[in-house]
Amino acid sequence: MALDTLMQQMVNGITLGGMYALIALGYTLVYGIMLMINFAHSEMFMAGAYVGLFTLTGLTNPKLVGSGTVAFLTKNGIGLVLLFTIVFLIAGVAIGLLGVIIERTAYRPLRNAPRLAPLISAIGVSIFLQNAVLLWVDSKALPFPQVFPIVNIKIFGNASISTLQIFILVSVVLILIVLDTFVSKTRIGKAMRATSQDRDAAGLMGVNINTVIALAFFIGPALGAVAGIFNGMYYGTVNWNMGFLPGIKSFTAAVIGGIGNLRGAMLGGFVLGIIESLAAGFLATGYKDVVAFVILILVLIFRPGGLLGESVVEKV
Amino acid sequence: MALVEATNTTMQFGGLKAVNDVSMHIDEGEIVALIGPNGAGKTTFFNMLTGIYKPTSGKLTFAGGSVSGKKPNEICRMGIARTFQNIRLFSNMTTLENVMVGRHTRSKAGPLQAVLRTRGFKREEAATVAEALKRLQFVGLADKANELAKNLPYGAQRRLEIARALATEPKLLLLDEPAAGMNPQESADLTRLIGRIRASGVTVLLIEHDMKVVMDIADRIYVLDFGELIAEGKPEEIQKDPKVIVAYLGMGAEAMLAQA
Repeated sequence: MALDTLMQQMVNGITLGGMYALIALGYTLVYGIMLMINFAHSEMFMAGAYVGLFTLTGLTNPKLVGSGTVAFLTKNGIGLVLLFTIVFLIAGVAIGLLGVIIERTAYRPLRNAPRLAPLISAIGVSIFLQNAVLLWVDSKALPFPQVFPIVNIKIFGNASISTLQIFILVSVVLILIVLDTFVSKTRIGKAMRATSQDRDAAGLMGVNINTVIALAFFIGPALGAVAGIFNGMYYGTVNWNMGFLPGIKSFTAAVIGGIGNLRGAMLGGFVLGIIESLAAGFLATGYKDVVAFVILILVLIFRPGGLLGESVVEKV
Repeated sequence: MALVEATNTTMQFGGLKAVNDVSMHIDEGEIVALIGPNGAGKTTFFNMLTGIYKPTSGKLTFAGGSVSGKKPNEICRMGIARTFQNIRLFSNMTTLENVMVGRHTRSKAGPLQAVLRTRGFKREEAATVAEALKRLQFVGLADKANELAKNLPYGAQRRLEIARALATEPKLLLLDEPAAGMNPQESADLTRLIGRIRASGVTVLLIEHDMKVVMDIADRIYVLDFGELIAEGKPEEIQKDPKVIVAYLGMGAEAMLAQA
């Protein structure tokens, strides 16, 4: 019985952790380059879920695209792959662009201001986006259409893993591998790392700092949007303040891993997701947030630089 | 035609004129030294030339085009590269990667090509590595290519900064106190390295306090004091210039000189 619970909560925790890791990367990317916590990042997650929801609803509406198309997209394996590729691509690009626009309008004018100013600007952006959704969309939670075929597969005793969990996990791992290779191997990735280590020197070596910053503000929110859609698919609902708690948790994950450090954010996300799920399974569901933040406090006391402190892998 | 032309350039911070009405020129193929006591405005002049500061007034041109108001990366593309007084390498990247960042403006593969690993991307990547290794060889660091920059000894870090700057393929190289903290053997090696850089067709402007290095390699010297240009000339002229001696050693020196 206990072993079943352990396995089940591990599966749930890894899935949750994958989502945290995706969001945490957005915090850590921006922090690495700008030394700024983008408090509007949780709203990228929320807005991404909404864009995903609308795209999915639109593409599965017979009146809009015809009933033949809908049947193809939802009943057929290739159709499903196509459908979700389009949904993730549209949401990722839209929210990525939103991130770039926010950087241009709310943060760039404050580039040389005291560090508190962009922070407050970020909180303002966050409030603005939440209220935009309240005003233009709905104040009530919206159901996320269950298009993805969910099948539970027994893995151990009563513990099972669903096809959706497998989908989320595989996607997250792929994204993490691509991002890690991108940052360590490519020319622009190297420019990003150089910028995070010494912005002025990178500029003088010919790196266009504004391009690098814009790229960080594209990639981070795009990943946040992907996590938002996963979240919508996983919990089946989307609402205007859904970004708050996952945002704070993912920020915690980034700090636990070592803020500014990409692999740290990935590790921190999974660690936090697993611990939280175990706490929910073995203590009580109500304690999961308590445990998550206690872990944060412990890490800050004993390893203030995070699990993968500065020196292990470079920050970006 | 002069490669660098500064005409009545002034850089003012509040009430302080860090560089005051300075005019100078650097011709192609020259090694020019910029000297002066601490706080004379030498590094400020470098910062104007590399786009970190925009001159308050005056003209500053490079290869016929105006420099003032351009961003550092644009100026880098125009052909000016520099090193720093306090070493500023990307310390958590390898020696080779540091130099590869210097190749940034001279390569162009985008993220899409990188993810798709197109043939063009692979070819460019290989060319970038080869070019970077060539620069490392030039400064004698080829065997340290895979070491983290922060683990290199001090002298090697200085040479790595030069290799990184050279990787941008500059027409003009600005060296900010390259011999600082070096022993006589190392600064003699550096002097030879600067000679080889000039021989490869790069014009050099250097700030340096080590007078042996300056007198050995500079074709011409400009002397700044409190932001103003107080002397200009060949090394042997500068050595005898009373104004320079006063700037460096104080008023007593002139009196002593007069007595002598």
